[in-house]
Amino acid sequence: MSRTASQYTTRAAVAALVRDAEVHKDLFISDEVFQLEMQHLFGNTWVYVGHESQVPKPGDYITTTVGKQPLVLVRRTDGGLALLYNRCAHKGVKVVNENAGHTGRFFRCPYHAWAYDLDGPLRAIPLKKGYDGGTFEQCEAHQGMVPVGALHSHRGFVFGRLAREGESFEAYFGDSLSTLSNMVDRSPQGQLEVAGPPLRYLHHCNWKMLVDNQTDTCHPMVAHESSAGTAVAVWKAAPEGTPKPMAVELFAPFVSPYEFFENMGIRVFQNGHGHTGVADSIHAAYSPVPGYWEQMQAAYGEERAWQILGEVRHNTIYFPHVMVKGPIQTLRVFKPLAANQTLVESWAFRLVGAPDLLLERTHMYNRLINAPTSVVGHDDHEVYERSQQGLHSQGSDWVNVGRLYVADEHGKTNLTTNGTSELQMRAQYRAWLKYTTMTMED
Amino acid sequence: MTDAELMAFVVNEVELLDRQAYEEWLALFAEDAHYWMPLSHGQTDARLQPSLMYEDTLLLKVRIERLKGARTFSQQPASRGHHLIQQPVVRARDDAAGLYTLRHAFHYVEARGDAQQLFAGWATHTLKRTPAGLRIVLKRVDLLNCDAAHGNIQLFM
Repeated sequence: MSRTASQYTTRAAVAALVRDAEVHKDLFISDEVFQLEMQHLFGNTWVYVGHESQVPKPGDYITTTVGKQPLVLVRRTDGGLALLYNRCAHKGVKVVNENAGHTGRFFRCPYHAWAYDLDGPLRAIPLKKGYDGGTFEQCEAHQGMVPVGALHSHRGFVFGRLAREGESFEAYFGDSLSTLSNMVDRSPQGQLEVAGPPLRYLHHCNWKMLVDNQTDTCHPMVAHESSAGTAVAVWKAAPEGTPKPMAVELFAPFVSPYEFFENMGIRVFQNGHGHTGVADSIHAAYSPVPGYWEQMQAAYGEERAWQILGEVRHNTIYFPHVMVKGPIQTLRVFKPLAANQTLVESWAFRLVGAPDLLLERTHMYNRLINAPTSVVGHDDHEVYERSQQGLHSQGSDWVNVGRLYVADEHGKTNLTTNGTSELQMRAQYRAWLKYTTMTMED
Repeated sequence: MTDAELMAFVVNEVELLDRQAYEEWLALFAEDAHYWMPLSHGQTDARLQPSLMYEDTLLLKVRIERLKGARTFSQQPASRGHHLIQQPVVRARDDAAGLYTLRHAFHYVEARGDAQQLFAGWATHTLKRTPAGLRIVLKRVDLLNCDAAHGNIQLFM
């Protein structure tokens, strides 16, 4: 039976949705659960909002959303960052409307020209004397544009937490930050830049289906037989001695056998963060890029360079809804729009100082796999859409995440196991429960 | 090569797409050709800037083969495409080199099952004269809303 509205008002009711090895379908199809996620899960967690290279100069800004909250990340006059709710204190107008732009030395609302300093305080109101008399100071509007609860940048990757109180950035992410660090270290200058606008792909499914998919290593050889499998078949028909094209090199590992994915391993950190590709991965065997190794060796020394490039992690989940690929320099955000709608943004990064061929490969990977025109994307989107529809079935209520479940896995961090385990998914749902119920009534 | 011949080539190319005569369609491309769908307006670089598509003939062939596959679940049911195009205009010609550029505006509808999507944009063809006839060197498709969040776009525009 599907549960009815206003079912999930207590922690206990929500807790009953997550079992050891299965989760209730309402996590995917219930509007009420979705609203709880927006309020609590995206309120209590550290959420990726952008990269510092997107706002290099004072007054540069980008807009984004955390859950349903419209935010603006801006470079302040003193060179620091501010993350504000994108909402004029006066009538509620979104103060800036572009994905990215430059606002000068202050924000100015387009409705009545209320102006704000770059870190939020109210700076000026036209015809200010209309607010004389002492009452205005008692109004909420007096506080200006409001910053979110907390902001932290890890080597250029900017995260925000809406809640004023909560876990520290370090406690929340722990050792999982090593994937982001590795991606930065892959630049011989230790610096990344966002390389152009993201690919934006609208999905008709719940956002968690996409997150689960990132560490689902039992689907590529099945769902992507049509795309990666066809690429391999077409390539086989090429005349002997033809150099292997970059596109085939990127596609082919998707249809590796189960054994490959079992052996590549999976590592689970705390709070729902974790990654596939510990010992090996589908990104491990790309052709060397001329000149790159020499640059890395010169920058870091042979041993350290070897260590950096030897880390071939596949997909790292930064719970709740970001996935990073260090070895190919992409970052994807699965933005929830509704219980049955998700906007996927897939970003490419340039390794500053590295050969252009690496960026060419990053862009090729991103459009072959993550674009709305991508055949691999079509394969995945099809099964998500069918799940979104199929889950309304009254025949069954639960989604299974029980592959290679072991009873003593609960609460363990830095645990490495078989690459086809669904442990990472289970860890995500345990984190989901923790952060969704954290600020609920008993 | 007359303007009329060049224009007829482009009209035929689009008709082949709507008839889903993909092998015949692919044969219109030169061996080193690309099909390019930029992500940004006025984009000049297909290699180091992100695009929706930038495909050589190998990748186009992969798409065509995939559409026929028994396990291509995103084509069950299959998509259909429909172009409505403006008369192509010859924008540049170099008769000595045998190179020609044409451009036309289009509306394109892609339908699958009960869902139908409408796209608008401009297509630019760079054609070259070869002993075997005209061939496409580059087909560039600029969508009006290239930077919007799109759902699946499964066929060719």
